Amino acid sequence: MPQLKKQESQAIRGKAWKFGKNIDTDAIIPARRCNTSDPKELAKYCMEDADKDFVKKMTPGDLIVADSNFGCGSSREVAPLAIKSAGVSAVIAKSFARIFFRNSINIGLPILECPEAVASIQEGDEIDVNTPKGIIRNLTRSESYQAVPFPDFLQQIIDLGGLSAYVETRLATNNGKDDS
Amino acid sequence: MSHTLAEKILADKCGKDEVFPGEFINAKVDMVLASELSGVLAVDEFEKIKGARVFDPEKIVFVMDHFTPAKDINSAEIVKRCREFARENGIRFYDVGRAGIQHILLPEQGLVVPGDLIAGADSHTCTYGFLGAFGTGIGSTDAAAAMILGEVWLKVPETIKFIYHGKPPKWVGGKDLILHTIGQIGVDGAMYQAMEFTGEAVVSLGMADRFSMANMAIEAGAMAGVFAADETTRAFVEKRSQREGKYWQSDENAEFAETYEFDTSQMEPFVALPYLPENVKSVSEIAGQEIDQVLIGMCTNGNLEDLRAAAEILKGKKIHPDLRAVIIPGTQKVYLDALNEGLIEIFIEANCSVSTPTCGPCLGGHMGVLAEGERCLSTSNRNFRGRMGHPNSEVYLANPYVAAATALAGHITSPNEVVN
Ligand code: SF4
Repeated sequence: MPQLKKQESQAIRGKAWKFGKNIDTDAIIPARRCNTSDPKELAKYCMEDADKDFVKKMTPGDLIVADSNFGCGSSREVAPLAIKSAGVSAVIAKSFARIFFRNSINIGLPILECPEAVASIQEGDEIDVNTPKGIIRNLTRSESYQAVPFPDFLQQIIDLGGLSAYVETRLATNNGKDDS
Repeated sequence: MSHTLAEKILADKCGKDEVFPGEFINAKVDMVLASELSGVLAVDEFEKIKGARVFDPEKIVFVMDHFTPAKDINSAEIVKRCREFARENGIRFYDVGRAGIQHILLPEQGLVVPGDLIAGADSHTCTYGFLGAFGTGIGSTDAAAAMILGEVWLKVPETIKFIYHGKPPKWVGGKDLILHTIGQIGVDGAMYQAMEFTGEAVVSLGMADRFSMANMAIEAGAMAGVFAADETTRAFVEKRSQREGKYWQSDENAEFAETYEFDTSQMEPFVALPYLPENVKSVSEIAGQEIDQVLIGMCTNGNLEDLRAAAEILKGKKIHPDLRAVIIPGTQKVYLDALNEGLIEIFIEANCSVSTPTCGPCLGGHMGVLAEGERCLSTSNRNFRGRMGHPNSEVYLANPYVAAATALAGHITSPNEVVN
């Protein structure tokens, strides 16, 4: 795969908001709010059916820390988009549902799979993440955790700046015909 | 090496002799699919990509089904944007009056055949496994990329094998087998894996029952749910498509991540309770639960066979006065066939509302949204909190016989209680 310059990684630092198992895409952004693709509009209703005050309580930069199977259900890309546009800087979970995982990478929402972090982090803990290294630091508890690394194939897409950038690179280099 | 059905389709689509679970591949797609809900974001992304052109307009299909006929101005705008994109690029486009719920529509129109790889910006794209294809859900940006490259990146899944023995009793169908299975393995029981459904019980099932099972594979987190295509499949496909298809099968000594076996001969119909499809009980355990609305149809049970099942119970009767029933045929063709067979008349005589094909109420869009505290028994596939309306409404999932029986009784009941 051709190399482009790496994405600038933004600082990820904020308070942890904890959620349980199997948070589905209807809880992240219910379909009644999905008749638009405007990120600002979607942001208003982020996590509405899991915690209706979430958007009011959180401050930009905060993180979602959830149990297993986060983002199960629909393929709606507006789910990670709503989280990102609400200002959530990253989602840490024990595991992610497959399509949510793809969508997050594609739209550039940082996600980290790390059961250990989820087990230790309590709501309100101050968290800091180094995404390229996958290191999660809990500043409140002076602990740090290592997230499961992305497979090489995905790390390359992330490094290029997401799937659209990958497609552009393919189109520019070999007219999109070849496997990389 | 021996391989599973899913591995064989994926190897074929990336031009390799064999692929192994865990391997990342770029696979050629036979069809890229989007609704207006996912399509509008795909169009946004597509237009941002420099040098973007559709790889093959014949292999891209947009189906306007979620919020159509447009439920409000925003929805109308979204559909309009998809419609304009479709016209400009010459892709296949199914609009109001010509459409239906995408997963019933594509096989009906012969757009999917065994051995195909379908990448759809809709999680229930796993449905196409019912005819021996590999269908899998992707996101909107993924769909934009697939429309341009004609390829999708995938991680080859492990396969879990499910063997269903015996002959399912009357009233027990594919919907019950899959509800029972999800109840056993949980909503994350097949995450990132393929589910393969086998055994004499499912071989004897018709295409509509297989359809319901593959459709709900995603409810266990699966990437795909597949059946080996057989003579039943061939008869279905040959009536609808000019294309041949490839009839792959798992090798006898293929490696499965796990194998589950079920005896279907003693099964009862099952019901999934709020708020997860894994909260499964048999109908007699939950009988008596009062219900405000019954919804029959949607992708999971919106085929003609499903409407026949409901009509068999409702014929000549009236639904309970305190309950309302909404019936939605899957496509225009299903609607017309149901009309010609007299099913629609049975429904209207029974005081049911019958609507043009749409996803509408299944995702809390329109045509039967629930108020606070209301309970709906639905033949759809998801019962998450807020799925069909107010966050404090409830959805119970069941097969069309149970749904029709419940509509007559006003509470959840076994079909045995209302016939004779
Ligand atoms: S009927 Fe429901 S589950 Fe099926 S495609 Fe439509 S919204 Fe999705």
